[in-house]
Amino acid sequence: MDFSFTPEQEMLRKTVREFAEKEIAPKVDQMDETGKVPMDLVKRMGELGFGGVIISKEYGGTGIGHLARVIILEEIGRVSAAMANTLQIDHLGESPIIYFGTDEQKKKWLPSLASGKKIGALALTEPVGGSDVLGIQAVAKKEGDAYVINGRKCWITNSHISDVCGVIAKTDEKELTCFIVEKGTHGFTPGREEDKFGLRGCNTGEIVLENCKVPAENMIGKPGDGLRIALSCISNVGRSGVGAAALGLVCRCLEEAVKYANQRTLYGKPIANLQAIQWLITDIYMDYEISRLTAYYAAWLRDQGARCDAENSLAKFWATRGAVRCAERLIDIFGAYGVLKGYVPQRLLRDAWPLVSAAGTSEIMRLVMAGSALKKFA
Amino acid sequence: MHKVTLDPVTKTLRRGDVPTVINPLDKHALEEGLRIRDEYGGKVTAVNMGREETICREALAMGADEAIQLCDKAFGPGADTLATAYTLSKAIKKIGNFDLVLCGNETVDGSTAQVPPQLAVFLGVPHVTRARKLGFITERKLRVERSIEYGYMIVETSLPAVIAVTKEINTPRIPTVEGILESYQKEVKAWCAEDIEAEEERLGSTGSPTTIVDFLIPEIKRRGEILKGPADEVSRLLVQRLHELGVI
Repeated sequence: MDFSFTPEQEMLRKTVREFAEKEIAPKVDQMDETGKVPMDLVKRMGELGFGGVIISKEYGGTGIGHLARVIILEEIGRVSAAMANTLQIDHLGESPIIYFGTDEQKKKWLPSLASGKKIGALALTEPVGGSDVLGIQAVAKKEGDAYVINGRKCWITNSHISDVCGVIAKTDEKELTCFIVEKGTHGFTPGREEDKFGLRGCNTGEIVLENCKVPAENMIGKPGDGLRIALSCISNVGRSGVGAAALGLVCRCLEEAVKYANQRTLYGKPIANLQAIQWLITDIYMDYEISRLTAYYAAWLRDQGARCDAENSLAKFWATRGAVRCAERLIDIFGAYGVLKGYVPQRLLRDAWPLVSAAGTSEIMRLVMAGSALKKFA
Repeated sequence: MHKVTLDPVTKTLRRGDVPTVINPLDKHALEEGLRIRDEYGGKVTAVNMGREETICREALAMGADEAIQLCDKAFGPGADTLATAYTLSKAIKKIGNFDLVLCGNETVDGSTAQVPPQLAVFLGVPHVTRARKLGFITERKLRVERSIEYGYMIVETSLPAVIAVTKEINTPRIPTVEGILESYQKEVKAWCAEDIEAEEERLGSTGSPTTIVDFLIPEIKRRGEILKGPADEVSRLLVQRLHELGVI
């Protein structure tokens, strides 16, 4: 079993790390303070080609695949989970078009998404439906050669910055359908922007659809395909992406823990010599190794074209809950300094929590894994 | 974190698993070459002396048109700046006609800043070091801002020339995803001593008139002085000592 990365993947990691450290890191504090998305960084990520990694060359991307995508998100997440999540939602917004769109639809939207000229999002969740997908209430009514959509979406990442948004709405009582709605479409407006305690600099908010008229050609797939499209994209792209961002955060926890433990002295020696601190570092290390192995494995499966819903759920579950645990352990290691605003551990904890329920709660991840385990081991 | 350590017996660096990187100032040099090419046309060839192909790949990923790796046991270890400059000059002569050779002013390890001037002498062309800005006066004449201790001087030079750059000259571009993938589609030419028709006695440690006789890591000790006594007395003494030391 060969666990090594290709030379291209190794260079990609090094390059993304350089970008994250040189260009994202100086803006992290400001993002945390203001909660504003640094659009110049979003543009830079597009310029570097990060938006096109799961879009094939035929449609303007590089098509380097999901494992490479995890590497990119991990390295960005190591510096800013907020920026990593912004990018991974961009990919999520592309995914209905990539995997279910017609050739015309791909040619229409993917090149500008690949180049970073446009940013993607996917609007599924509503106040009454998120885990309960079929409970959503947005309605799309056919009128001539268009659909008129009415509804309100919430907890949508990139709600206020996206240009191309996948919207899931009901075309019949139990029939969900996916539409692509472009920014500027009449009746499609961002609503309230949420003020989160963490992951600040990643925009989350409402999208309001009020008699929003969308051409019928903007439908992805057929009426009723929306549930399958949404779940597939969220599983294979959304969960994988959140897991990778959380993996980066866990990696950062481990680095900060080791650095601090080697510098801080008590009883005349670095605290790294104390067994209690070593156990805390071990806990973080184990979460790191498990998170990265499960994330890479799920992405590798996806690149092979294999079904990997349970693996994506496992990777996302472990890395996100692991990120919270590891940030808590890090604060333990830092002691009182861990809760000061000027020190990084408290931000890592605040950034970790919003990732836990992103792309599905931990409980939904467990349901997916349970379904797979009960079937596989019956 | 990777650490390089010193072998106290052999006086050489123990690299362990420390990764090889492009010398940071050479990245600035490469970037300047790419900018000149992007504005005026031409071709950028990156030349690296060393074992790691990844350096050439990184140069290609940044946008170099070609990359040449000079790799031969005869080239090192133990090559000093003269042997290094000679080796590079032979490779450049094999490449053929050139307008400009751009180098980092010095490396972060040796920091001698000797290779660019030595290279220029071997190539028989003028050189300017510590370049912080370049501009073309005509197609064959360059205007260089050269950093000096309290400012800069303006130097004009004809081409071809060797220019050694400082970090102020530009910000090296970060390779794009596409650039990384393309870098592995391109060929990295590997040249050995025979390919560049180098004289063996001028290579490696044989061709190095300088040798390292000792290698020391200076021990930094803090001067400590303990003042004892009642608090008001110690305070008075402390102020007095700080006056004497010129701190206050």
